Amino acid sequence: METIRIENESRRQFLKASAGLTLAVYVPLGLAAEKAAAAVLEPNAFVRIGADNSVTVIVKHIEMGQGTYTGLPTLVAEELDAAWSQIHVEGAPADATRYNNLFMGPLQLTGGSTAMANSFEQMRRAGATARAMLVAAAAERWKVAPETITVSEGVVMHKASKRKATFGQLAEAAAALPVPAAESIKLKDPKDFVYIGKHAPRKDSKAKINGTAIYTQDIRLPDMLVAVVAHPPRFGAKVASFDATRAKAVKGVVDVFGIPSGVAVLARDFWSAKKGRDALSVVWDESAAMKLGSMELELQYRALLEKPGAVARQDGDVAAGLLGAKKQLISYFQFPYLAHATMEPMNCVVKLSTDGCEIWNGEQSQTMDQGAVAALLGMKPEQIKIHMLYAGGSFGRRASTTADYILEAVHIAKAINGRAPVKLVWTREDDMRAGYYRPMYVHRLSAGLDANGKITAWQHRIVGQSIVAGTALEGFLVKNGIDGTSVEGARNLPYAIPNIVVDLHSPKSGVPVLWWRSVGSTHTAFSTETFIDELAQLAGRDPIAFRRELLAQHPRHLGVLELAAEQAGWGKPLEPGKAGEKRGRGIAVHESFHTFVAQVAEVTVKKDGSYSVDRVVCAVDCGIAVNPDVIRAQMEGGIGFGLSAALHGAITLKDGVVEQSNYTDYPLLRMDEMPKVDVHIVASNEKPTGVGEPGTPVIAPAVANALFAATGQRLRNLPLRLA
Amino acid sequence: MLTLKVNGRSHQVDVEPDTPLLWALRDTLGFTGTKYGCGVAVCGACTVHMNGAPIRACMTPVSAAAGQHITTIEGLQGKVGHAVQNAWEKLDVVQCGYCQSGQIMGAVALLSTNPKPTDSDIDTAMAGHLCRCATYQRIRAAIHEASKNLA
Repeated sequence: METIRIENESRRQFLKASAGLTLAVYVPLGLAAEKAAAAVLEPNAFVRIGADNSVTVIVKHIEMGQGTYTGLPTLVAEELDAAWSQIHVEGAPADATRYNNLFMGPLQLTGGSTAMANSFEQMRRAGATARAMLVAAAAERWKVAPETITVSEGVVMHKASKRKATFGQLAEAAAALPVPAAESIKLKDPKDFVYIGKHAPRKDSKAKINGTAIYTQDIRLPDMLVAVVAHPPRFGAKVASFDATRAKAVKGVVDVFGIPSGVAVLARDFWSAKKGRDALSVVWDESAAMKLGSMELELQYRALLEKPGAVARQDGDVAAGLLGAKKQLISYFQFPYLAHATMEPMNCVVKLSTDGCEIWNGEQSQTMDQGAVAALLGMKPEQIKIHMLYAGGSFGRRASTTADYILEAVHIAKAINGRAPVKLVWTREDDMRAGYYRPMYVHRLSAGLDANGKITAWQHRIVGQSIVAGTALEGFLVKNGIDGTSVEGARNLPYAIPNIVVDLHSPKSGVPVLWWRSVGSTHTAFSTETFIDELAQLAGRDPIAFRRELLAQHPRHLGVLELAAEQAGWGKPLEPGKAGEKRGRGIAVHESFHTFVAQVAEVTVKKDGSYSVDRVVCAVDCGIAVNPDVIRAQMEGGIGFGLSAALHGAITLKDGVVEQSNYTDYPLLRMDEMPKVDVHIVASNEKPTGVGEPGTPVIAPAVANALFAATGQRLRNLPLRLA
Repeated sequence: MLTLKVNGRSHQVDVEPDTPLLWALRDTLGFTGTKYGCGVAVCGACTVHMNGAPIRACMTPVSAAAGQHITTIEGLQGKVGHAVQNAWEKLDVVQCGYCQSGQIMGAVALLSTNPKPTDSDIDTAMAGHLCRCATYQRIRAAIHEASKNLA
């Protein structure tokens, strides 16, 4: 088996990979020194070309499955005219001066499906700059005009004189030249693209199929201790007292102490730490704990639905529009809390010293985490060094607005004065019960239809916790009392309706909440797209024809709607099911993160009321399709993720205690429930937009609409269960 | 002290006999390719082979694995193993990748006993393996691809 060359910056410092057997051995200098020696040409923060002809692309966004370690290097390879095989990928360090998200001001953060969109020009320019320097070096060496030099597949050529050189052969000479001015750098005409729009295989495939890819869970440092923490059973409770006698008697346990979030047990290995934690006796102070159940919260929220909220959008006069209507429709919707339930439960490794703090993490929010850790330790943010590792899924969880689990790990390292590196490991149960859920929401939608079946007014009220209230992001994302993440997808309803009101209540509760793949659209796409379907039915119209008329001003919505409908054979009868089975087809269309997605779902309902989603036809318009196969994969995965929530997802509370604990009672989609997914990508010359999230919110409404078509039942509560 | 035979080599491990094999592999021996997902044998991320058959290492006490032939993702070899890994790479199955060691060990076990599985065989054999990124469609295709290449 060949040596693995796809590495995170941190990984190469402590990982020796060879012959298919990986032992994480700490090598403080070895490979890092090698790297420094090999780096010859570094024209910017994103590209490094070695004398060994390697091109290392530094990626500022975490690879958590969505394909950044393939997509961003594709941009560099394109403008550099490198060979794909010579491209190696390295995760960027935490340094917002070089690696900030260009859409998020001073923040280095991966989120909002922005990795490709904000990097598109930056990474192309990084590659083009390196290319210009290599060409200049070749021109000087061969005494020819730079314009007569071509580059292809990593080879620099002067065709007239049949001279050739590799990047490695030119790197040293190129490094001696000045970095060309930004104005002089020309990017390719899209017609000349050789990688963009084509298939470039994933750079992280090999390491992830032979067990050498390193996640936070895999970090092993010399003398490292593993921490498992006893958390309170209710949010907001504190430790009153604890008895560590039995925990300390567990072989391997080295220390037990209180931290702000609970009681930490430190041991030589995970299993000893967990046994120690399970042997603890803790008395909790629940005087400030949240003790409500989901039912009580729901009643509070439903009461708010009847009162006007903060107005997020107001067009025309909704009251007048409703008065003038021939028919009125009011529907209520309900969405439970949802856990991210990443396959890798939260974890973090911390090595603390007097002059700094080193963190190993599936790091999604470098700048905010650096700030939070620095504040806790009384250090400067730049003293917090973060190694960005692969994340075993995130879906928003690792972009915690409070750095919750990272600070927990730092508290533990601080409590032992940095005596040993600490790996904090949450068990699956810890992870499932720790909160940071997609908030619970209720919606009310009402609308009127005139005698011609036209919508006269649309009133949309949303009730649910704000994700960013009380966090450092509140100032950026809450405007005029509206948390934009609560109403996205509803506020920007594309349908041409003369009178629209969208308003919002953001009640507080003690349950920690967070963004969850596609954020506000996880609920707004469902309520708007099933309600429009209901209105189409009330108007006696075909769901697609009805939407089409209302989307005349929105060509990209229309484009995906028509493409999905055509590819799904909308209008043609579905193949009938077996005796007693009912089949149905439903459509939904939604824009999120500037990407447009339409999906047609086909379902079969069995006699006993159970159902399966058999096929999904998905059309996506994300601008220029940089890597079509990654886009398809993200649509497939986004659909599966959304389907998990549609079929099963619900975190519920009883007297403030989370009722779920593991995949046994918080089931996820399994292989036998995965529909066949066909993805069709709209050809486009628009700037690329993200694909990590936009596939997710569209599937639940498409399935609910299909279930209606099959059974006549309108389902408005998630998860979707037929009566 | 127990003796674990992992990927053809014997290792002495000094852990309590009730320690799950998973943690002996990961924390004691450093075979970190085998992942922790649920701890209760419902997600499949910790799947390894014991004498060629797939087991969930998170619920197998190390005492039950002592002396048996354990194969982890790092030691996966042979025709079937390579066919599966090649198919996974060809179809770019992985996303976050965390479950994929277990998926691959499950797929190899399936193809070793059933070289021509139907979709339904695959569903049954792989239903115990969760993938939060929902790469299921590609896993299924990759198993068919490996099966084709083994024929």
